[in-house]
This record gives sequence, structure tokens and C-alpha cells, in this order.
Amino acid sequence: MNAMPKDPPHPRALPEQSEWTFDLIEQAHDEIKRVAANFGLDTYPNQLEIISAEQMIDAYTSVGMPVSYNHWSFGKHFLTTEKSYRRGQMGLAYEIVINSNPCIAYLMEENSLTMQALVIAHAAYGHNSFFKGNYLFRTWTDADAIVDYMVFAKNYIAECEQRYGIDEVELLLDSCHALQNYGVDRYKRPAKLTLAQENLRQKERAEYLQSQVNELWRTLPKKAEAQADVRASRFPPEPEENLLYFIEKYAPLLEPWQREIVRITRKISQYFYPQRQTQVMNEGWATFWHYTILQQLYQEGIVGDGFMLEFLQSHTNVIFQPPATAPYYNGINPYALGFAMMSDIRRMCENPTDEDRDWFPGIAGADWKKTLDFAMRNFKDESFIAQYLSPKLIRDFHFFAVLDDDRSDKLTISAIHDESGYRYVRQQLADQYNLGNREPNIQVWSVNTRDDRALTLRHTQYNRRPLNQQANEVLKHVARLWGFDVRLETVDPQGAVVSTLECRREKRNRAA
Amino acid sequence: MTYLIDRRLQGKNKSAINRERFLRRYKSQIKDAVGRAIKGRSITDIENGEKVSIPVKDVNEPHFGHAHGGIWETINPGNTEYQKGDQFNRPRGGGGGSGRGKAGNSDQTTEDDFIFELTREEFMNYFFEDLELPNMVKTQLTAAVEFRNQRAGYNISGTPSNIHVLRSLRGALGRRIAVGGKPRKELIEAEHELLELREQGVPEEDPRVMELKKLTHHLRTRLLAIPFIDPFDLRYTNRIKVPKPSTQAVMFCIMDVSGSMDEQRKDTAKRFFILLYLFLKRVYEKIEVVFIRHHTAAAEVSEDEFFHSRESGGTVVSSALQLLTKVIEERYRNGDWNAYVAQASDGDNWDNDSVLCKQLLVNTIMPMVQYYTYVEITDGPPQNLWEQYTEVRDHHTNFAMQKIVTPADIYPVFRELFKKQAK
Repeated sequence: MNAMPKDPPHPRALPEQSEWTFDLIEQAHDEIKRVAANFGLDTYPNQLEIISAEQMIDAYTSVGMPVSYNHWSFGKHFLTTEKSYRRGQMGLAYEIVINSNPCIAYLMEENSLTMQALVIAHAAYGHNSFFKGNYLFRTWTDADAIVDYMVFAKNYIAECEQRYGIDEVELLLDSCHALQNYGVDRYKRPAKLTLAQENLRQKERAEYLQSQVNELWRTLPKKAEAQADVRASRFPPEPEENLLYFIEKYAPLLEPWQREIVRITRKISQYFYPQRQTQVMNEGWATFWHYTILQQLYQEGIVGDGFMLEFLQSHTNVIFQPPATAPYYNGINPYALGFAMMSDIRRMCENPTDEDRDWFPGIAGADWKKTLDFAMRNFKDESFIAQYLSPKLIRDFHFFAVLDDDRSDKLTISAIHDESGYRYVRQQLADQYNLGNREPNIQVWSVNTRDDRALTLRHTQYNRRPLNQQANEVLKHVARLWGFDVRLETVDPQGAVVSTLECRREKRNRAA
Repeated sequence: MTYLIDRRLQGKNKSAINRERFLRRYKSQIKDAVGRAIKGRSITDIENGEKVSIPVKDVNEPHFGHAHGGIWETINPGNTEYQKGDQFNRPRGGGGGSGRGKAGNSDQTTEDDFIFELTREEFMNYFFEDLELPNMVKTQLTAAVEFRNQRAGYNISGTPSNIHVLRSLRGALGRRIAVGGKPRKELIEAEHELLELREQGVPEEDPRVMELKKLTHHLRTRLLAIPFIDPFDLRYTNRIKVPKPSTQAVMFCIMDVSGSMDEQRKDTAKRFFILLYLFLKRVYEKIEVVFIRHHTAAAEVSEDEFFHSRESGGTVVSSALQLLTKVIEERYRNGDWNAYVAQASDGDNWDNDSVLCKQLLVNTIMPMVQYYTYVEITDGPPQNLWEQYTEVRDHHTNFAMQKIVTPADIYPVFRELFKKQAK
């Protein structure tokens, strides 16, 4: 171990070495924990796990969950990751963190001591406190139950494979995966359940569901009243945005176990939904805190110059934003934007300018910790940007808006980073992060319950954007789940049908 | 509370099942790729992994998404020159960054093929699949270098079951002689002197006699105290692992390249040769492969020429056998070459040449080779060459022949060969 050459070394200073040991990680973690607590970060307890590079690839493959059911698409993902890693095209991410209680963060054994400290600060305190505090995660995910639920899902699907054959289950999962982004409840709150309860509920639910479906598709003639409600035969009464939910509840031909698998994929999708909505905020928050915590440690003399140089080098790499004209430009870097916004909020609290007082009278000069905490808890990307993006940042990033309308020959610059453009740019950028705009808006429109049982989906166009080529393929998956013909109508905002896709299904073909 | 857990020692192949599922799903494509690879590869280069590519559209997982079209308004960083209201042409091919929305980007990364690597084991499994080898043989062929236990002298430590009794007792005897040498000599001298004194009539109470009596008694006790066997004497049989005897072998591939051997038959023949090569590779460290092809005349050629050039004309099998004899005698006679021959043909031969073949085999070739295998790739009735060869088989246990139609029929030719090795 090197002796510290500096003046009076701090008694608890970390040694200037790149090799980590378990003791040093514990020591670094204790310091970070202390500093984070002083800053008022509220976190789940941490579980740090040291893993090897191969295990990191494994973790990637199963979408970061410690357990997951088996499916070929995960194998494909694994092969891709492994290939590019082996060829050195891609470094592995420094960290993966799981929104669970305790919060599991992976530390890769190849990392140096500095990187381990960075990961602990970033994942185990940054992301962790975000998971615990943000309203989306609080409403829609249940950190206590997720690992249990994944175990339940894995066992249940393995059991189905044994009973009904691997191919049958695989086909079903393929179809569910195709619709996974449409398996999200945007407004309902999922119930908290433990593994045991989940098992029990599942049995009851299966029986109950099947009885309801049978009722809906009853072919025995009802007596007199049947004639009366011909008019009111519209089903579902309201359009349904959660396609997988609708299929789980009402698809006529699915077996109970198939409904349960549809439900599992839907639940997992729901669990990841908040992450997809808070990319900028989540990464920005974690990056802001690893930066702030490690700076604090440096000021206290716990870490030395060498440590800081290594840390700053990876930190600046992470938050680099290439300009749109660069050949490797690939959209806005969420780390860069998020970190800049979080730091900017702190700046506005501590050193507000006249412009800031003008734009943000509520936060200019306020307590920065409370302001940031409020922002973290109550926003998602879209609203966060709409609320907090300051003119200074728009100038710093040199943001400009490009309008691409296929009815005109040329692209138009609709706004730039000037006085007249700030609000416009901010609104456009916020819209760009609105999942509702990014994904086509497709909902269950109607079911022909009286005749051929055909399902009609409606795609309501946003800015006249068409569906991609894969829509036909996805429709086949919907038809496989539904079991009868499926139609997809594209309508303009006025409700006029623009175009229709259709997938016909052979009658009496029950092969799911 | 914080936990720090070391997971590194836990299994790293969590995704093995998913990988296997993937291979299972794309089995037919992978098999095609392996088939192509076998055609393209040299026989001696069969044991490597293989890069397999599958068209991306087959492995794609479809999702609803937006295509380009309608209105896209995007915010981009890094403005250097634009003012509000500027207009410019659409960049071609979606490049240039600006004007491309985020959602557009996900559709952008189109590759032609999804490429991944099969490991050596997986590749071999696909190769074996058509051949319908018994499992034991598969393990034999895929296993790494085999070791044999061999005695290597004696050791002073080991397990009780390995005690070598004879050596240990011989050692004990030697030790007893060595340790007891001096007292025994003194004892003999003392007894001798005592006997002399007694003969001279010296009374028993004489101090010298008393002293001698005491001395002999002391020396006897000392000699008796030498242990019969001591842990120090134990010797254990020492066994070490040595790689299986590695000598050298030469493998002759003989193939009929007359016009009737088409590509498919050649492909089957190639699998037959590969299988023999794999087998030899397990047993011998150094293998040379000699390729002899023939129609009416035989020639020694390179592997590439062997499989890929086409000739036509009639067939005289004995020409190849004569060349084979010549090559063995010239190059592989001295030293310890084990010669193996694999012959593939469609069964056609010049009528009165077959008898000559039989004579050549029985008189010259069979005494020189370890094993001779012959496959006839045909579904027609047997011809005269087959009949003559049948007679050879009846007299030589190291001659195997088989009529095959698909690669699955190849294995029986080698049955004897593998059986011998299975002990």
C-alpha cells in the first residue's frame, strides 16, 4: 500500500490503489453511506454483489432481474451481448441495479476501486433513492415483492412447459412479448402480494376467469331478454388501452394457464413501465449524486487526487453529449441532459441570476436539497423537462427544433435557443419524452360478440405518423392470442378510418 | 444494514438454457450452416466452432412502432448555424443526425444477418446428429486427451491400499540388518569369548564371565528391540497419469471420382472420411492424411482437388490399390506408422478388375494396414466389386464394409473400430 504523500492524511483515507478488496469496498461504502445520509438521501437497504463479467452478461440477458423465466429471445440477447463484448466493441455497463427491497446492485470484479466507489454512489444511493422516492415507482412497482414474483413466474412457466410442451409455451410467450408495451395499466394500482398469496390467488383466479369467459361466449339461447338488448351489444363498453389485460380477461379460447402467462408478461411489463418513463430523471439523479458524494469525499480528504482523476475521466465520458452534426450522434444522451438539469436546479437555488428569478421565482434562492428532492419525487421525464428546463441549459446545449413534415419538401428549423424559442423548445423536448407520443396509440375498440367474434383494434394517429412494417407481424400474434380474426383500423384524430390491416384466422383452428 | 456478497463463484451459465432454447428454435438454419461449413472445411480442421448467420428477419421480434412519415418535430443539441425559419433539404438515407426522431432510430439499425458463434461442442453435436452415432462413441470423440494410469516406481507415501508388501518387507529386512549389524557382531564376539572361557574351566563367578554374561544379555535385548517393520519401511506403488500412447498414423482416403460420383455422394464420402479422422485423432498424436483419387488411373492429390475437381470416365479400382501399396512401401514402411484406409466408391468397377483388387488386398495390403474400411454409396444392387470385397471381409477381421445411402448409415462401418477402443 502506498503511503499518502500529502500533508496530513485523513485517518480514514482510502489508499491510492486500483485493486479493490472486500475490506476496502466496505470502507468506501461506509463513507459513501455517511455522506449520502448527511445529504438526506432516503434509500432501501443495500445488497452489493460482486460478480464476474460473464455473470454481468447473464444479468443483461434476463433484463437485469436475478431470476427470470426461460425464453429463446433471452438467448438471442445473450449471444448478441456476448459477441460484441468478446470482440471488444462494447464495454459492459459499470452497473446494474434492481428496484427491489433490499436494493441489489452488481459490482463487476474487473472494476478498479475507484469504479467500485463510483458504482456504489451511483447505483446504491442514486438509483436506489430514486426507486424509493419517485411517485411512479411508488405507485406502480412493489420493491418488496418483485423478486418473489419473478420466482413465481419462473416456476409457473417451467411447470407449464412440462405439462403442455416447450413449443406451446414458447409460441404463447412470443405473442405476449410482441404486445408487451401494450400490457400496461396506466391508471390502476396493482395489488401487493407475496409469493404464497400469489399462488393461492392464481388458482382461484383461473377458475373464476374461465367461468366468466364461458358466460360471455355462451351459445345457449337466452330466453326472452336476449332479444331486448340487441341494440346495446357493444363490447367492450369503453375502449381498452391494455391489450394484454383485455386478452387475459376476454380471449375466448385461451386455457386458464395461458391466461396466467399472459398475466405474468403483463405484470413484468408494468414493473418496467416507470423505468421507461423516467430515463432522464433517473440517470440524471444518480449521476448528480455520485458526482456530489464523491466531490464531498474528496473535500474531506477521504479520497485522493489519483482517485478523483480516474473518477472524473469516466464521469465526463458518461455525460458527454455529441452535437447533432457529429457522425456518431445518436440522440440526446439521457445522462448528459439529466445531470445538467439536476446540477442546474442546484445552481439556481444557490446562485440564481435575474433570468432565473424571472423564470423560476419558486426555486431561485430556495434550499437546493429540498427542491431537488421535490423534483425527484413528483415528476416523470416529460413533466420534469416541462417544469425545470431553464433557458440557460437550452443555450448551453444549443438546442434547436427541426420540423419534418412529409407534406413539404424541406425541413424547417422551427425554433432555436433564443428568447422567442425557449418555451417552444422546452415544450417540444418534453413531448419528445412523452411515451404516449412515442408509441403508437393502439386500443381495443370493439368485439363482434354476435357473429364472427372478430376483434377490432384502433390506432389513433399522432401527427399523421404511420405504423411500421412490423405491424402485420404483431397482428398475427394478436390473432393467435385472440383466436379469431383481428382487424386494426388506423383513424385520424377526427375519427375517420384512414386504413385497415387485417389478420384472418382459420375457423376452428385452436392451435394457440 | 448492508450486505456485501461475493457471487463470483456461483454458476455463470445462468443463460445456458436460454442459449439452448435459441439454438433449438433455429435448429434447421443452424444445421444448414453446419452442413455448409463441413463442405467448406478441410478434414483436419473439423474440430472448431463455427460462425453461424441467420437472416435478421427470422430472429426479429416484432413490435408496434412508428414508421417515418407524417410530422416529426425533434429537438437536437449542438446548433451552430441555424436561425429560426431556415429551410434545408432532407438528408438522404436518414443520415446526418438532424431530422431523425428518437423513435425513428430504433428502426434504423438494420443488419442483414444475425451472426453468432457455435462452440466446438455444439458444432460437433450438429455434425454427429446425421451420423446417428451411439452416445458412447460421441463422448469418446469429443472427450479431451485421454490419460492412462501407469506404474512409475515406488513412493514413500500413499494410501494403504497401495502398499507394496514385497518392497516394504524387503526394506524392513535391510533396515534390520543395517541397524543390528554392530551389536550382532559384538554379541558374536562376546559369546565366542564366553564359550572359550567356559572351555578353559573358568568358574561362573569370575568377574570376566559375569561381565560377558551381562553384555550378551544386553546385546540380545537390543537386537530384539529392533522393530520387525517400521512406518519408515513402507513403500507404496506409485501410479502416474500419462497421455495415451501417442504414436503416429497415416490415413488414406481413396475415392472414386468417375462421372457417376455426384456432389451429394462426395459429401457423404467426406463425412465418412471426417469420422475416421476424428477417431484417429483420439488415438494418435500425429496423423498424416493421404488423398488418392482414381478413375481408370489413380493419382495422389491435395485435399482441395480431392473433393472439388471432377473427372469422368470408367473405373479401375486396382489402380488406386496399387498406388496405395506403393505409397505405403515408399513412405510409411519404416518407423511405426499405423495405416488406416478409408475407401469410398459407388461400386462401379471394370469387370475383371475386381478379382485383381481382392488379390491385392489379401496378399499385400491387409498385412500392412491396421484397418480397412469401405463404403459403397449407392442404392443399387451389389456389383462384382462388392462380392469380391465380401470375401475379403470373411477372412479379415480388420476389414469393414457397408453399403450406405445416407450419412446415418456410415457408423456401422466403424463399429468394430470403436468397439476395440471401448475397453
